[in-house]
Amino acid sequence: MNPAELRTPNLGRNSGIPLDLDWVESVRVNRSAVERRTATLLGRRTVKKQWQAAWLLRAIACMDLTTLAGDDTATNVRRLCAKARFPVRKDLLEALGMPGHHVGAVCVYHEWVSTAVEALAGSGIPVAAVSAGFPHGQSPMRLRLAEIEESVAAGAQEIDIVITRAKVLGGDWAGLYDEVKAFREACGEAHLKAILATGELATLRNVQKASLVAMMAGADFIKTSTGKETVNATLDFGLVMARAIRDFNDRTGYRVGFKPAGGIRAAKQSLDWLILMKEELGDPWMKPDLFRLGASSLLTDIERQLEHFVTGRYSANHRHPMP
Amino acid sequence: MTVSELYDTLPYGPAPEDSKLAQAWLDDRGRKFGVYIDGAWHGVDDQFEVFSPGTGNAIATVAQAEDGLVDRAVRAARRAQPSWGALPGVERGRYLYAIARHVQKHSRLFAVLESLNNGKPIRETRDLDIPLVSRHFYYHAGVCDMLPDHEPVGVCGQIIPWNFPLLMLAWKIAPAIALGNTVVLKPAEFTPLTALLFAEICAEVGLPPGVVNIITGDGRTGQAIVEHSDIDKIAFTGSTEVGRIIRRATAGTGKKLSLELGGKSPFIIFDDADLDGAVEGLVDAIWFNQGQVCCAGSRLLVQESVADVVLNKVRRRMQTLRVGDPLDKAVDIGAIVAPVQRDRIHELVTVGVNEGAELFQAGTCPAEGWFYPPTLLTNVSPASTVAQEEIFGPVLVAMPFRTPAEAVDLANNTVYGLAASVWSENLNLAFDIASRVKAGTVWINCTNQFDASSGFGGFRESGFGREGGIEGLYEYVKPRHQDQRRPELASDPVVNSDAIDRTHKLYIGGKQVRPDSGHSLVIHGHEIARGNRKDIRNAVEAARSAQPGWQRSTAYLRSQVLYYLAENLQHADLFGASREEIAAATDAVFRIAGQVDKFEGRVHAVPSRGMAYTQNEPIGVVGAVLPDNSPLLSLVTLIAAGIGMGNAVVLIASETNPLPSVALYRVLEASDIPAGVVNIVTGLREELVPTLADHDGIDAIFAFGGEELRQDVELRSAANLKQTWVSSDIDASVDELLRRCTQVKNVWVPYGE
Repeated sequence: MNPAELRTPNLGRNSGIPLDLDWVESVRVNRSAVERRTATLLGRRTVKKQWQAAWLLRAIACMDLTTLAGDDTATNVRRLCAKARFPVRKDLLEALGMPGHHVGAVCVYHEWVSTAVEALAGSGIPVAAVSAGFPHGQSPMRLRLAEIEESVAAGAQEIDIVITRAKVLGGDWAGLYDEVKAFREACGEAHLKAILATGELATLRNVQKASLVAMMAGADFIKTSTGKETVNATLDFGLVMARAIRDFNDRTGYRVGFKPAGGIRAAKQSLDWLILMKEELGDPWMKPDLFRLGASSLLTDIERQLEHFVTGRYSANHRHPMP
Repeated sequence: MTVSELYDTLPYGPAPEDSKLAQAWLDDRGRKFGVYIDGAWHGVDDQFEVFSPGTGNAIATVAQAEDGLVDRAVRAARRAQPSWGALPGVERGRYLYAIARHVQKHSRLFAVLESLNNGKPIRETRDLDIPLVSRHFYYHAGVCDMLPDHEPVGVCGQIIPWNFPLLMLAWKIAPAIALGNTVVLKPAEFTPLTALLFAEICAEVGLPPGVVNIITGDGRTGQAIVEHSDIDKIAFTGSTEVGRIIRRATAGTGKKLSLELGGKSPFIIFDDADLDGAVEGLVDAIWFNQGQVCCAGSRLLVQESVADVVLNKVRRRMQTLRVGDPLDKAVDIGAIVAPVQRDRIHELVTVGVNEGAELFQAGTCPAEGWFYPPTLLTNVSPASTVAQEEIFGPVLVAMPFRTPAEAVDLANNTVYGLAASVWSENLNLAFDIASRVKAGTVWINCTNQFDASSGFGGFRESGFGREGGIEGLYEYVKPRHQDQRRPELASDPVVNSDAIDRTHKLYIGGKQVRPDSGHSLVIHGHEIARGNRKDIRNAVEAARSAQPGWQRSTAYLRSQVLYYLAENLQHADLFGASREEIAAATDAVFRIAGQVDKFEGRVHAVPSRGMAYTQNEPIGVVGAVLPDNSPLLSLVTLIAAGIGMGNAVVLIASETNPLPSVALYRVLEASDIPAGVVNIVTGLREELVPTLADHDGIDAIFAFGGEELRQDVELRSAANLKQTWVSSDIDASVDELLRRCTQVKNVWVPYGE
């Protein structure tokens, strides 16, 4: 066989497929094997020096710089947007030969969508809104759909919805499919990221099944966590979801994106996620159209690493503009 | 390249491990090494070069130890043994503990040196080899007092391979010295460096001189060790070919022998497996250590319904394997140990392609150094050379199967039996397959898992003996008071003649049959059937077809059969046997009957979420040449132990006193023993023993008699590497008898949903 045949097909934006319950039921995940892969993966791969700097800059380009706090106001949202435009100190970006580098998106609650859209005007940085009863996903369906529509109307180009965990835990795959499909329709042109809240799905098998159903229903991205579960984005969840994305791509030709979120704070972790993408899905999944990192404090740690690369000295937080 | 140039494609880039300390270690020793004997270094003029496979450059020279040095090392070991063996276990344990600690303290130096000299990736030496080495010494630091009824074997000659140089050293040295033996160890000629560093560790921890002696050299040095008359035990890991040579060289010498040899281990994927997990398992199975692993999962057996899906996943996965500098931290596949080895891999792959296999290779190999890319051969069947021969390289052959039964047939269609990997999310299926595959280790939903607590070793021509675990300890001890011979029981060979003439036949396949020759021998006034090679053939045939079913019967049932045999034996009128011997024989059967359902496996405490359980499995068909003394007692003892543990037996009755044996037929017939499980042939040893000992359908052979017999049987056993037990007499506890009649299988099962 020619290796070229093993490349991943690309049919453009995922328009979803009819629910295939046989496929969902055929899912097998061996937890120990998953853990072995993730545990050894990071021993097998590492990036150093200028390679590492390039990877870290990519992590920034793939970052959904996020604030999802109860005390968010226009002040900190505007500050976040400013940071999104200028994520790394100018002198450092110039030294790295990457002027004008910015993050992938800014992610906020509906209330701050228009503020963010305004603050980011002209930057080309999209605004993502968490939606559909985030983070619990248990408000009336009518209101969840309305929430999506209003965020889109306010200028959000990406909608991060949460699924109803009860549908996964109860094995109601048809219900889950219908729900995500309805969300997708409500999104229109905006891209839909389906948050599975993996930490609340009990088993890796459920994670893989839910991933498949969300993709069948037309999700543009599948995302691990809201950041509010006790267990957030682990590489084990990521591996299982990546494999689901690969299978879906093999069978349908659609490329669905992946977004880990929650608990990603260290620069090293962002490299780990990029390594997982490169190994399991390939280079297309290392770019912002198919890969996002949901994070807030991660950026500062990456800045420090980049400064270390440029100066050779270890850096400190206060030397970098806070988001 | 600049950051912005790298930004678009995000390649990995180099991530070299610093080898400065290892280079300095070599420089400090002038890159020239002597041998370590009696706690001191001895310079040797005759030197040969060792290389770094990643570059192909020579990095040091080491000693070619000739016979005189071997003798010197053996004498040092002999001198040291009595006091070392007499140390309280806890004191020996402290030395092992110190060795474990020191290996950890120098772990990076060991890891880099190993990678440098062997060509395996630094990731493997750092994360697997060296941690397993210290784990092995820690584990064995605690075993020194565990076998109070046993004593050290004495001086052990140990010869290890180049694929896991330091780990194989640990597997050999740790149990040996823990149990009071002293050793002369020879590392492989390609990879002696970490063994020499280890010798320094021995000196560092103050190990008494002579306990560990390390000498280097090529096959001639190994031969000198094997042939040395003052060595009590040989432990060898390496090729089956050399294993056979060692078996022949030690035949009849009384040297205890353990062999860990080749393999062609099946990797079985069922349609209900986690297929991505299984493919990742394959990476660990065949692309670990460049496939230079005796237990490499080199034969992929995949259920036909998922074969295409799995093979596509494998091909895709192969493309993300990185081949390159062994000292690069982000490399999956390093260098092949030597050009000769790489040529052999290439040669076998060429044979495979010429026989019609479809070739898929991935990865790019560096221009310098000795590399071979990860390789997949499909369109392969059991008739293909590459499906039968051990390639010992990064080459996977794949074959589809239709049903679980066919998977087992294919898995067992090999002369080897080292390991197997079984992938299914259905544990009913996985446990069943694990029990039916002939292999010393079975990994369910995992592969290439090792731990000091789990014994490793083969079935069939993969060798015998176990390394690691409680089961491995017995390789380095012998029962105490072995010299106390069993009192000989009076027999009564003179028997009154019958009123009506009787015909004594052979007992084969559950029936009394006439000998093929049509001849009789007159012994003590009785005409005894004179069996020949065809009768042996028929007996082995009967045993082979009866054995699998008998093995599947429960231990409870087998013990009931033995109790019934004892019942029938107690009042039997067996001519040629005295009442005293009949009583002793009855007791022996009764005692063994009571133990066969208690000679159980254990669950090892392996360091993972899951378990490794052992099963004491029958060896298969056991042949035995019975002694002349206490003929009835000997016969029923071997029958009871052999069949009690699920073997079928083919027995050559005592030549000088076969009468009790032939008289036993009626008792056997009356005791519900299935046809073919016990077979007895009478006749002349010289006509029967060669056929039995040569027979490839015999898995183990026991022989009790003079030196000539013992040597002959062990020599002949080499052809298919039968397990042997040769002695002047059956002198063993029930425990030892049952151990002789079984082989340990370790089954690893991780769990967790």
